[in-house]
Amino acid sequence: MPELSKLQDIVVQTRRDILRMVHKVNSGHPGGSLGCTEFFVALYHELMELKDGFDMDGNGEDLFFLSNGHISPVYYSVLARRGYFPVEELSTFRLINSRLQGHPATHEGLPGIRIASGSLGQGMSVAIGAALAKKLNKDNHVIYSLHGDGELQEGQNWEAIMYAAGNKVDNLISTIDLNGKQIDGAIDDVLPMGDIKAKFEAFGWDVLEIKEGNDLEAILSGMKEAKSRTGKGKPVCVLLHTMMGNGVDFMMHTHAWHGKAPNDEQLENALSQNAETLGDY
Amino acid sequence: MTKYIDQGKNDTRSGYGAGMTELGRTNPNVVTLCADLVGSLKIQTFIDENPDRFFQVGIAEANMMGIAAGLTIGGKIPFTGTFANFSTGRVYDQIRQSIAYSGKNVKICASHAGVTLGEDGATHQILEDIGLMKMLPGMVVINPCGYNQTKAATIAIAEYEGPVYLRFGRPKVANFTPVDQKFEIGKALMLREGTDVTIVATGHLVWESLLAAEALEGQGISAEVINIHTIKPLDSEAVINSVKKTGCIVSAEEHNYLGGLGESISRVLATQLPTPQEFIATKDTFGESGTPAQLMEKYGLNNKAIVKAVLKVLKRK
Repeated sequence: MPELSKLQDIVVQTRRDILRMVHKVNSGHPGGSLGCTEFFVALYHELMELKDGFDMDGNGEDLFFLSNGHISPVYYSVLARRGYFPVEELSTFRLINSRLQGHPATHEGLPGIRIASGSLGQGMSVAIGAALAKKLNKDNHVIYSLHGDGELQEGQNWEAIMYAAGNKVDNLISTIDLNGKQIDGAIDDVLPMGDIKAKFEAFGWDVLEIKEGNDLEAILSGMKEAKSRTGKGKPVCVLLHTMMGNGVDFMMHTHAWHGKAPNDEQLENALSQNAETLGDY
Repeated sequence: MTKYIDQGKNDTRSGYGAGMTELGRTNPNVVTLCADLVGSLKIQTFIDENPDRFFQVGIAEANMMGIAAGLTIGGKIPFTGTFANFSTGRVYDQIRQSIAYSGKNVKICASHAGVTLGEDGATHQILEDIGLMKMLPGMVVINPCGYNQTKAATIAIAEYEGPVYLRFGRPKVANFTPVDQKFEIGKALMLREGTDVTIVATGHLVWESLLAAEALEGQGISAEVINIHTIKPLDSEAVINSVKKTGCIVSAEEHNYLGGLGESISRVLATQLPTPQEFIATKDTFGESGTPAQLMEKYGLNNKAIVKAVLKVLKRK
């Protein structure tokens, strides 16, 4: 296992990537990306069993599906820095003729991406399908997926949640990014979700919580615990409590940065809080 | 030229079921999903023989499309099954993002298309599905005409890599294509040669077109009948070659004239060989309850309607 400090360096560099990517094109979604940076880094640099290189079928390795595709900046940065494609390509985010579309896509052949996402609520179904394929192929690796909490307002999730429990899809770990916010404001104001933990449990999932979802150690131990609960007849749900905009003081405690890029001055301020570690792209 | 005769009425959905049975025995990567309509889709034999390769998803079509997309990751070839309405309109965005845009090798197999679903009425009779599916980049759209052709198409699409929409129906209709006829995606079939008018037809309207051609022959009119089983990619060459000879065309389909086969034909002709065309299709309307025959009559989708359209288009030559 890499030392925690090394993972922390990747986290800080990923934050810089996210901020610079969205700043350059004055669009994109920094808030949720920053909130999930530690989770992505832990997943791709420590937790997942990954083969070298990329093939679409992903047999013999763990797979990850991002359902809330708008947090593509963190996804792209982590994929690039894990070696799926050149880090320099991050500079093409959202530009014409780029493989780094506004929302993740397979269409341009970007290594690391196995499904398009962005239209919300579809990722869990896809993850279930991939989990079923793993079972048919007698491949013991697990499927990870990530979903926004606001995204759970899409009804297809509940079809998927019902299916996964009813059919014992127990090689699936679906993480919910619980930041309590969506575009129009606090989830409790837009459409209250009630007790998400109780809902998943009522549907028959094994649910665990990571209360400090921006703490690498807490994520690592929580996700290892989640993996230990796979293969026991129930799909596993991780409720990951995160802070939108984490690591940039003025982006935290607000939903304002869900889909807004920083201006020049704000970028400078944000980067000054996250000194370069691995080198900017 | 082969003369096509009805070998006995059968439903196209049973052709799908028979095709699935064969695929279950021959292709270990084929899996099937169904949204609570196993009996309607005639896939019980596949399920009995391959229980581990069948996924009953319940009444949850959006989830079914997503699971199908996921199953391709790992090399499976998923065939989804439900009514045409719930296979397309209900799940358009799931197909668009998770299957078409993502380029997934999913076969969307849709029964009970069109008004011939009958008594259930307009809530279940989709007449817009060809249009919805053909607009999706990369989606292949197939509407076979009878039992044998549906079975052959089902088997053929498993060999094709990419998303496919396979549309078939509920009622027992003429089964007239040879049992051993090869199904080539995108290749129109010349069923009857003629010199005065071209009739291009898809699905249940193909047999009606052959009946119409016979009736026209009695009136001294020589009609060419082409079976366009694949609406996308369209066999433009077959259409152009035929109208070069006949100079006019009637398109026939159990679908809205907006967005269907007829419009695809019009696009080809407008850009390559402008030709008078008449449309046998529903005219921007919903269906209603009734027997299939009553509905085909009322909505102008039978051989009598085709004869009338031919007489009209001949005057425009």
